[in-house]
Amino acid sequence: MTLPSTRASRPGLQAVNDFVVKFANVNGSGSASANELFAKAILRMGVPVSPRNIFPSNIQGLPTWYEVRVNERGWLGRRGGVDLMVAMNPQTWDADVAEIEPGGYLFYDSTRPLPPSKFREDVAVIGMPITELCNAAYGDARQRQLFKNIIYVGALAELLGIDGAVLETLLGEQYRSKPKLIDANREALRMGRDYAREHLRQPFGLRVRRADNVGDRIFIDGNSAAALGCVYGGATVCAWYPITPSSSLAEAFQKYCARYRVDKASGRNLYAVVQAEDEIASIGMVIGAGWNGARAFTATSGPGISLMTEFIGLAYFAEIPATIIDVQRGGPSTGMPTRTQQADILACAYASHGDTKHVLLFPEDPHECFEFAAQALDLADRLQTPIFLMSDLDIGMNQRLCAPFAWDDTRAYDRGKVMTREELEAGKPFGRYLDVDGDGIPYRTYPGTHPTRGSFFTRGTTRDAYARYSEKGADYVDNMQRLLRKFETAKTLVPPPLLRRASRPTALGAIFFGSTSPAMAEAIDALEGAGVHLDTLRIRAFPFADSVAEFIAAHERVFVVEQNRDGQLRSLLVNEFGIDPARLVPILHYDGTPITARFIARAIGEQAGTRAPAAPAAAEAHVP
Amino acid sequence: MTYIAKPGLHHPTLPKNALCYTRRDYEGKVSTLCAGCGHDSISAAIIQACWELAIEPHRLAKLSGIGCSSKTPDYFLGNSHGFNTVHGRMPSVLTGANLANRELLYLGVSGDGDSASIGIGQFVHAIRRGVNMVYIVENNGVYGLTKGQFSATADQGSVSKRGVVNTDNPIDMVGLALQLGASFVARSFSGDKQQLVPLIKAAIAHRGAAFIDVISPCVAFNNHAGSTKSYDYVREHNEAVNRLDVISAREAIGVDYAEGELAEVRQHDGSVLRLRKLHADYDPGDRIAAMNYVHAHQVRGEIVTGLLYLDPDPHDLHEHLNTVATPFNALGAEALCPGAATLEQINASLR
Ligand SMILES: Cc1ncc(C[n+]2csc(CCOP(=O)(O)OP(=O)(O)O)c2C)c(N)n1
Ligand code: SF4
Ligand SMILES: [Mg+2]
Repeated sequence: MTLPSTRASRPGLQAVNDFVVKFANVNGSGSASANELFAKAILRMGVPVSPRNIFPSNIQGLPTWYEVRVNERGWLGRRGGVDLMVAMNPQTWDADVAEIEPGGYLFYDSTRPLPPSKFREDVAVIGMPITELCNAAYGDARQRQLFKNIIYVGALAELLGIDGAVLETLLGEQYRSKPKLIDANREALRMGRDYAREHLRQPFGLRVRRADNVGDRIFIDGNSAAALGCVYGGATVCAWYPITPSSSLAEAFQKYCARYRVDKASGRNLYAVVQAEDEIASIGMVIGAGWNGARAFTATSGPGISLMTEFIGLAYFAEIPATIIDVQRGGPSTGMPTRTQQADILACAYASHGDTKHVLLFPEDPHECFEFAAQALDLADRLQTPIFLMSDLDIGMNQRLCAPFAWDDTRAYDRGKVMTREELEAGKPFGRYLDVDGDGIPYRTYPGTHPTRGSFFTRGTTRDAYARYSEKGADYVDNMQRLLRKFETAKTLVPPPLLRRASRPTALGAIFFGSTSPAMAEAIDALEGAGVHLDTLRIRAFPFADSVAEFIAAHERVFVVEQNRDGQLRSLLVNEFGIDPARLVPILHYDGTPITARFIARAIGEQAGTRAPAAPAAAEAHVP
Repeated sequence: MTYIAKPGLHHPTLPKNALCYTRRDYEGKVSTLCAGCGHDSISAAIIQACWELAIEPHRLAKLSGIGCSSKTPDYFLGNSHGFNTVHGRMPSVLTGANLANRELLYLGVSGDGDSASIGIGQFVHAIRRGVNMVYIVENNGVYGLTKGQFSATADQGSVSKRGVVNTDNPIDMVGLALQLGASFVARSFSGDKQQLVPLIKAAIAHRGAAFIDVISPCVAFNNHAGSTKSYDYVREHNEAVNRLDVISAREAIGVDYAEGELAEVRQHDGSVLRLRKLHADYDPGDRIAAMNYVHAHQVRGEIVTGLLYLDPDPHDLHEHLNTVATPFNALGAEALCPGAATLEQINASLR
């Protein structure tokens, strides 16, 4: 403890309810629950927060970060930059310190002295001998490690003005079943608070102040939300193979089912979860169940999609309902398995050999993960085809503040065109691939329906309208044309794009989708402040509505913001609408970290020929 | 013509089963396989077995992969739903179908290429999960449909039609199934209807993973001297360990029986299997002994056939998953959706 605890050479940043805290930890050190406690406490004080885990593909030892955006106005995207770094990982010290905004704060464990060269002149340093305090208070090595995290939360709470009572309530909720742990954690919190009160008395400009800006919103990760959507949407079969960042979705489905899907009378399960031997088997089981009239889904990520593609083509061609949730991560190959991207758009839109096109849904947050998961199950039955829910790691594995879930008890599941035993008995004609209604969607029957009518042979080879094997070109073409008509019908059923007009007429537009949404909203606001006006369209599904083409036609230039290298959504737009590519300006972020408002504002600001807007754009640490 | 409709004539004198169906009612489209192909005999045996058991055709779902063998479900049980999936992946589709409706019978038909080469992973896992099904591999040691390449069941040293010698070790599907915990394991020969039909009947009556490896010569590509899957070779090397009679639960027991040692096994559905032992030392109730026996004979070039292993009280995947008795595909929102009030509670817990 040789260094003075404050070395700010210029006044520290001053901010109330608007700052970014980043925790740099070592994976497996038990920091996750302490960091979550920190974020939740601010939320309980009525101030919106959006935390993001940036974690390694590792169980123990590699660096991990937890970045908390605190923003009273409710911007939930990443802003970019860090105002307060809680540097608990010596491995990443230099990079962590470099990331702090000028005038920002560095909080660290000062037990072991560090040379002055390890600090920055323009950053205020707050040292606390955390290890020393822990070693004095605890004999057990595991406790020393775990309570370190709680101690720094206590100290930060004191510095930031987080209500101690809120923290204690949260601890009480967290350890409801283990009261012993409540007291031990409370004690550690107090130790941190007391130390901060007595020893960390230098000026500190970041404050949390009670507000009322959270409302009735809920705080949940997208994977749990999608899993719940599958429960509500009536999925009975989940077949999956573990892969980050999708595993927690199947696990959450299992957990919710154990709670809400056990038949009270018999004690038996109204669901089946099978951990398959690979993703090929996962999708095979989903297709088998869908063929046989049960609602089924799988959750996976890019590598799993690659393995599934042969089967996806079968489901497209043989017209079998299947719901596939792709929680995207950085590709290709194993790529960046614990980082986020929107890079499976083309792989899913055109998955499988031959001419195929699939329905994709793009949720922006956990609320839409819930909604769209339930809707995907309806769409799969209605359209008799695979439906992809395109989530990503940023939405899937981070808790996000979002609108509460809603369900209408009068809502019936749309099981699509299924011919019943009664209809067959009454002599209603049945041809499995006949386009009776002109919408491209044929009728099907479930196996076992009628002793002599309505059975058919399902195959991936060409067949005629009555499901009979055929090698005639005309039969093939008829069928492929009908599948296109069906895709047109899909347009009318999927969630429409959402338009937001700029405050004044503009020739500039921007298209975005999925997890880019919160950062985009903030960037557009900042750009408006700097005099750059953009109409925006958030695409929520493929096939694209005609209004997407109209939006593009109505603007001179349209920025397409996405989180991949190649502008995959842009390619899809160009390809599907035959648009002049020059009209669509790609804005691409793909280093694996979630896109930031600063990045978008600066990139569009530069392209739009204006000076980069003052706020929130500044130096961006994660420019690809 | 790429498909051939069969004349739907009903002969008034054709015998009828308990459902008043004739054998015709269990037939499918006219086969497009080569004349003399073993697979067609297996289709005929399936038809016979289902007719004898008076299976309601629509209560059976037939699934297959890709290959000549996998085409056959189109050629039997025309009133059953069928699913010709993708190469080597029928087991997963069958598993999913079975999860969706536990009340139907599931018949998986596959080839040796389909199940032992490309699809061995899916075969292995469906068996070890105990999916309630009849799984028939129509085993000819080659890929018929792609014109005669060796499959993974081809014996080491066997010679292809073009004179190529197979140097790889063979996969024995029976040995695998035994090791993986199949609760019914049998082997037969497409040319031995007397043996095959009762085995299929017993497998249908079995509740659990029932596997039958049927040696089924490919007359086009693997029926020559030097092949170990030709009609001649199999006839010469067939070592049947038992003969089986299946007495369904609804039939009266009291069938006349020939000489020989008899063993009776009652299956879960009430059916009784009468085994006439041909080898006094063979006990189909002993999995480990069965593995040894089959393997020891295989090394000597003999093909052991018959009911090789039976667990009369097996468990299936639905039991393992503790699923409800009602088929999933018959459950509606009332049973499956927790409702708005519960969702409000969930919302409250997330604040
Ligand atoms: C993914 C894939 N690879 C290759 C093929 C080509 N193919 C079709 S059938 C077959 C082999 C079938 O062999 P088997 O299962 O033994 O059936 P058989 O024709 O001998 O009855 C192959 C390789 C295919 N259909 N799909
Ligand atoms: S090629 Fe062989 S397996 Fe195929 S139909 Fe002909 S005989 Fe049968
Ligand atoms: Mg074969």
